[in-house]
Amino acid sequence: MRAEAVDAMRPFLQDRFANPSGAHAAARDARRAVDEARDVVAESLGCQPGEVVFTSGGTEADNHAVLGAVRQHGGVAVATAVEHHAVLHPVEHVGGRLVAVDERGRVDLDALAAVLNDDVTVVSVMLANNEVGTVQPFGAVASLVRERAPRAVLHTDAVQGFPWLDVAALTAVADCVSVSAHKFGGPKGVGALVVRTGTTLEPLILGGGQERDRRSGTHNVAGIVAMAAAMRATVAERAATVEQVGAQRDRLVDGLIAAVPELYETVPRIDKVAGSAHVCIDGVESEALLFLLERGGVYASVASSCASGAMEPSHVLAAMGVAKERSGGALRLSLGYASTDADVDRALEVVPDAVRRLRR
Amino acid sequence: MNAVLVAMSGGVDSSVAAAMLLDEGHEVVGVTMRLWGGESDTGCCSVADVDDARRVAQQLGIDHLVFNFGDDFRAHVVDPYVAAHVIGRTPNPCIECNRHVKFDRLLRRAELLGFDAVATGHHARIVHGRVARGADRAKDQSYVVHMLGRDDLARVRFPVGTLTKDEVRRRASALGLRTATKPDSQDVCFITTGGGRAEFLGRRVPFTPATVVDTDGAVVGGVEALELVTVGQRRGVTDGGGTRRYVTALDRQRATVTVGPLDALLTERVVVDGLRWIDGPVDEEVLVQTSAHGQPQLAVVDGDVVVWRTPQRRVAPGQAVVCYDRSDTFVVAGGTAA
Repeated sequence: MRAEAVDAMRPFLQDRFANPSGAHAAARDARRAVDEARDVVAESLGCQPGEVVFTSGGTEADNHAVLGAVRQHGGVAVATAVEHHAVLHPVEHVGGRLVAVDERGRVDLDALAAVLNDDVTVVSVMLANNEVGTVQPFGAVASLVRERAPRAVLHTDAVQGFPWLDVAALTAVADCVSVSAHKFGGPKGVGALVVRTGTTLEPLILGGGQERDRRSGTHNVAGIVAMAAAMRATVAERAATVEQVGAQRDRLVDGLIAAVPELYETVPRIDKVAGSAHVCIDGVESEALLFLLERGGVYASVASSCASGAMEPSHVLAAMGVAKERSGGALRLSLGYASTDADVDRALEVVPDAVRRLRR
Repeated sequence: MNAVLVAMSGGVDSSVAAAMLLDEGHEVVGVTMRLWGGESDTGCCSVADVDDARRVAQQLGIDHLVFNFGDDFRAHVVDPYVAAHVIGRTPNPCIECNRHVKFDRLLRRAELLGFDAVATGHHARIVHGRVARGADRAKDQSYVVHMLGRDDLARVRFPVGTLTKDEVRRRASALGLRTATKPDSQDVCFITTGGGRAEFLGRRVPFTPATVVDTDGAVVGGVEALELVTVGQRRGVTDGGGTRRYVTALDRQRATVTVGPLDALLTERVVVDGLRWIDGPVDEEVLVQTSAHGQPQLAVVDGDVVVWRTPQRRVAPGQAVVCYDRSDTFVVAGGTAA
């Protein structure tokens, strides 16, 4: 976590532990902290404070947008085939439509246009993909949705995009925006959904109505305060981080391509966020590769894991049309604000070694 | 000291196997194989079983990995299991899983990752490079690992094979392992006890109704699914009453099941597919076992034919035929009933 976030949350885990919904001075102190955090989050996301709904993370925010829209308005949900499972599963749950992507993971706008109509009540297109880093043409998506599905709530999962993209500007056209604190140096278990004024969603979680009846549950004060601190720092440093991490990522991927034959960059850099270095390596199996990388001090991932911890084949690579033989050697190396040049050096040493060993 | 990868199913045997290897001073890493994504209630792949394996590994202070071998399991175990039933055979999926997944796929993966050996919780021993019966004769699993040759065995460990099941549970209790009193797994891991084999196969293949005839060809009944009938079975094919009748043959082409008295089920020989001798053919009599907990019987093996000393019940095609030496200790050969 970012030091700012840890420092910000500590008092609320210790002395300032009150419930912000209470009626006494200690409660008012906690309430003020949540209100101030809400202002920071609103500014970072380009919305009004009253449009911020604090959630338990990105998954709840995504579920809330998709299920909340369909339950409120009926109709059909639409999403791309490469969404995070937090969007994909709710859309499938309500019998929605999935839209194809091209070989770089960008939504096929013609296919999107073809499924949009007056029946569509929510369209969810992520800002940047969590596995391969692809940035979606969100402005073009928004224009299409407004033109062809005028009733639709336009949602974007900006969980992966927030550290790298000017989310406030890019999502100004969206009705709902999801973020999750742990993706930008905040704690796990807290996130937010922007719900613009005029957009109505049925609440997912009923109870005390703490978030203006849009979401119930006692506020996670420490988490909310820490998220705001991490958000402020992320936005302030974003341009510099993108430049620095982008250069590290380029050196990493260029180095891997030079050192490892038959290693392919999954998505061209021009189409993705700065912290993503996704490659496919022919002739190796991801599970075996990850084990050797871990032994060498490089912690990487592949796609997503199921509850048992087993790696599941990537639905993102499948949707992009990557052949199974190639996606079997997928490697997702992520960089962030805390990545160092030494980290890149280590990966450039360990990855080629591991691949050589597995190809023996 | 060796680096050993222990296949941990979440059961008590593999838990204790990991503990024993650790005690012996080896570098131990646990792995649970994710084999089956479908419904399962007894199996080795449920999230609860993976949790148990992981918690035991944490308690022992060893790393725990999960490998997803679902594609291999489907291709080498589940699909052939279904296909075998369609042609009237009775396969043993645990043996195919050992042959193709645990002691092939996993073994190769382990080798690639720098491990010297793979260990499992099977109740069998490895003595002088041969598979031998486990110390607990009632729990012995040498039958299901009979296919391992000397090359494989050099890289395989069965730590609990020297213990009785009671001793395994006592050790687990002494170590405070959460799996100490966990019941033994039963039956086929990818088939639920609720639905059973009928439901599993019924979802995957069309069933063939068949006529039940006696040994003279007279029609005595019918069954809804030829695919669910096994040579040697007694229940479910006749109305009961009178003398006990057993399934003696299946004819898929003519969609008939032949039943007869026990005498008609007896045979003097079994033809074996893919019979493989561990250390070359043995001319004298051997003890031959044809089911997981069957009583071994004396026979000589002539080419690919097992000739019983005294007639035995017909072996359902697809079952493993495993030969042991006269002391009933060592596996000397194995194959599949034709």
